[in-house]
Amino acid sequence: MELTFYIAAAVAILSTVMVITRYNMIHALLYLVVSFLAVAVVFFTLGAPFMAALEVIIYAGAIVVLIIFVIMMLNMTQEDVQREKEWLQPATWVGPAILSAVLLAELVYIVVAADTPAAGAVVAVDAKFVGLALFGPYILGVQLSGILLTAGIVGAYHLGRQKKKVIHRFLQERSAAA
Amino acid sequence: MSTTVSMEAALLLAGILFMLGLISVLIRRNIIFMLISVEIMLNATGLAFIVAGTRWVQPDGQIMFIFILTMAAAEVSVGLALILQIYHQLKTLDSDAANFMKG
Repeated sequence: MELTFYIAAAVAILSTVMVITRYNMIHALLYLVVSFLAVAVVFFTLGAPFMAALEVIIYAGAIVVLIIFVIMMLNMTQEDVQREKEWLQPATWVGPAILSAVLLAELVYIVVAADTPAAGAVVAVDAKFVGLALFGPYILGVQLSGILLTAGIVGAYHLGRQKKKVIHRFLQERSAAA
Repeated sequence: MSTTVSMEAALLLAGILFMLGLISVLIRRNIIFMLISVEIMLNATGLAFIVAGTRWVQPDGQIMFIFILTMAAAEVSVGLALILQIYHQLKTLDSDAANFMKG
């Protein structure tokens, strides 16, 4: 089981690297699905099977499919892939990558140097306790996320609506005639 | 099924995934790629919460992950609607082109 964790972690890191280096958006999204599935396996090995299911359903299912549909609406062509390639020159990404790597090195140092007790066996926290806590002490958070989702629906509807083109009736007749 | 996954390794995995998302959101100019990178970062944060919940055998970490999931779903829907609007107005996905706020 520990080996499962390490293999899934390696798959997650590799596929995420592939996501951030692709030029084609659809290829990147397919690697993103693999990354989310690997993280779901990691959740499972960490004793959170319900969260693994949610990761597959919502992240790998709903969110990625939503992005894919929007990309299909945008009519990407081969030229867009070429332009993406032009945008991603080494001069662009070397600086941020090095600085972020320095921050990651510090984080690794802090985590490794911290005096943590040896890990015991992983005890699964199953969905029953999560549900009891969710609708017990965290009920306010549940209501707030309901409000957030409502705001998300209303906001997405309002922003995504196409404005009607208003053409003067004289121009309308002319365009109909032409 | 007793397993011992070292918490350091799991936290480091979350840190590496977060860093990859951060690099991608810094270096990309395509707005959709930036949105994908934000999703990667949110996912890494959720992983850190799950690790903490496992370490103390408490459900709180998983509850925080559910909240992050809700937030990510709302964020991606509003973000994609904004991207569609930007694309219809500017005919490009270049984030540098959206440097005015004329509405």
